[in-house]
Amino acid sequence: MEKTVTPIQVERKTLTYETQKRWLGIAFSLPALVLLFTFLILPVMLAFGYSFMSYNMLNPDGKEFTGFDNYIRLFQDGIFLTSLKNTLYFTALVVPIQSAVALGLAILVNKKVKVASLGRVFFFSPVVTSMVVVAILWTFLYNVDSGLINHALNFFGIENQPFLLSADQSMNSIIFMSVWQAAGFQMMIFLAGLKEVPEELYEAAEMDGASVWQKFRNVTLPSISHVTGFVLIITTIQAFRLFIQPYVMTNGGPSDSTKTLVFMLYENGFQFRDVGYSSAIAVVFFFIVLISSLILKKILKQ
Amino acid sequence: MRHQTKKKAGKVITTMAILLLGFLFIAPLLWMIIASLKPETMIFKDMGLAAFLPKEITFSNYAQILFSDRIHFFHYMWNSLFSVSMIVIFGLIVNSLCAYALVKLKFPGSDLILVLIIALYVVPFESMLIPLYIVVNNFGWINEYPALIVPFIASAFNIFLFRQFFMGIPKELEEAAMLDGATPWQTFWRVVVPNSKPVFATAAILTFVTHWSDFMWPLIVATDESIRTVQVGVQYLFTDNNIEYGQIMAALSLTTIPVILIFLFFQRYYVQGITSSGVKG
Repeated sequence: MEKTVTPIQVERKTLTYETQKRWLGIAFSLPALVLLFTFLILPVMLAFGYSFMSYNMLNPDGKEFTGFDNYIRLFQDGIFLTSLKNTLYFTALVVPIQSAVALGLAILVNKKVKVASLGRVFFFSPVVTSMVVVAILWTFLYNVDSGLINHALNFFGIENQPFLLSADQSMNSIIFMSVWQAAGFQMMIFLAGLKEVPEELYEAAEMDGASVWQKFRNVTLPSISHVTGFVLIITTIQAFRLFIQPYVMTNGGPSDSTKTLVFMLYENGFQFRDVGYSSAIAVVFFFIVLISSLILKKILKQ
Repeated sequence: MRHQTKKKAGKVITTMAILLLGFLFIAPLLWMIIASLKPETMIFKDMGLAAFLPKEITFSNYAQILFSDRIHFFHYMWNSLFSVSMIVIFGLIVNSLCAYALVKLKFPGSDLILVLIIALYVVPFESMLIPLYIVVNNFGWINEYPALIVPFIASAFNIFLFRQFFMGIPKELEEAAMLDGATPWQTFWRVVVPNSKPVFATAAILTFVTHWSDFMWPLIVATDESIRTVQVGVQYLFTDNNIEYGQIMAALSLTTIPVILIFLFFQRYYVQGITSSGVKG
C-alpha cells in the first residue's frame, strides 16, 4: 500500500496538517493564556491603576483618581522607610551568607564519600518543610527560657539571649533561620554546576602543585560563574519577598524591627483595607525587585 | 603512599563534616517529630540530648488534633490535599498543551507569546496580591475552593519547564506519526506525552510541594474554617492559647511528613526540576 502514495498526495496531506497544526496551536495555548491574563497580567495592571487612586475596600464606591498622592504619602511614611530598610538589610545579609553556605555544602556533598547522598537529603529537608512550619518551630527553639538554642549556648558558657524579643537581635535571628531553611535549595543548583566542571582541570592544577584554596579560587569559582550568577539573582528575589517569618514569629516587632515591605503591603491591604496605598507599596516593591535583578545581571555579566 | 594516606584523611574529615553539619540541619525537624510523640510535660523539660531521646512514646497528640471535636486538622489536610491536587492535575494539562503549542505547533505570534510568558515569571506574586483578591472576589470565589485552585493552574514556570523538555524531542518522532496519518492532537497524546513522563513528574512534584506550602494567599481568601488549609490551620493552632504544645508539634509533623515523603521517593525528579530551571536555562 505504501508504495502507491504519490508525492502529490503527501503534499496535500502535509498542507492540511499545517493548517490543522496552526489552529490546534491556538486552541492548545488558549486555556493557559486566558488564565495567565486573568490571574496575572490583569492584576499587575490593576495594581498600577489602583496605586494612583484613593480606594478603600470598606468604601468601594468612593474610588477616586488622586495622582501621585499615595506615592507622596509613602515616602513620608516613617514605617515605610523602616520596612524598606529592614527588607534591604535582610537581603544584603541573606544573599551572600546563604549563597556561601550553599556553595560550601555543595562542595562537601560533591566529594566521593559514602555519606554524600545522605548529606544531600539532610541539607535539603528544611527546604521541603514549609516556611510556616519552620517559623513556628524556630519560635520554640529561640524561646528565651525554654528554647533549645539558649540551652545549647548555656552549655558553652553563654548566657540566655532574647533573640526574637529584642529589636537588636530579631532580624538577625530571622536571617539565621532563613539561611538554614533555604541553603539546601541553592546547594542543589551549585551541585549541578560542580558536576559539570571537568575533572582534568583539577588534575592539571594538582600537577602544578595548587593548594586546596588555589584550586577553589582558580578552577572551581570560574567554572561555575554562570551558576553563581543565577543563584545570586534568585536568592535576591526570594529575599525581598520576606513575609512569613515576621508574620508568624514577631508580627513585625519588636518596635517594627522586622517589618518588611510585603508585611506592610499585607497590613495595609488586608487589615486596613486600603487598596490604593497598598497598591503603591506593591508597585514600589515590584520595581525594587525588577531593578535589583537587572543590576545584578549587569554586574554578573562583566 | 603519602598521597594515599592524605586522601584517606581528607575523606574522613569530609565524612565527619557532612555528618556533623547534617545533624545541625536535621536537628530541628528531628526534635519536632520526637516532641510530637512525647507527653506534654516532657517537651520543654527534656533539654540537651534528652530532647531527642523520648523516654515514653505516645500518639495521643495526633489523636487529639485529628479526631477531637474542637480541632479539625484532618479537614485542613483534606482541603490542602484536594486543592493542591486539582492545581497539579489541571496545571499539567493546561501548561503542557500550551508549551507544546508554542514550541511545536507554531502559529503567528507564538514566539512573542513565549517571550512574554518567560518575562511573567519574574513578577513577584506579592505585588499583585490585592488586585488578584479583587478579581477573585468579583468571581464570587472568596471562601470557595476555586479561589485556591484556578489562579494557580496556569504557571509561567511550568510552561517554561515543559518547553525546555519538548524542544529536545526529535522532529523525526512527530514526522513519523504524521506520515502514519495521525492528527496533531493524536501526535501529542500518543507520541509526545508518553515520551515526556519525566517532565510531567517533575512539574507535578514541584507544583505540589510549592502549593502545599502556600500561606499568604489562603490566609486571605480562605478565612472560613470549612475551607482552611493546612498551613493556615497550623498557624491558627500556634496562636491558640488553649492548645497544648504536643498537639502543635503533631500538627507541624503532619504538615511536613507528606512533602518529606514525596521528596524522598521522587528525589530525582524534584532535583531535576530545580536544576533544569537554572543551569541550562
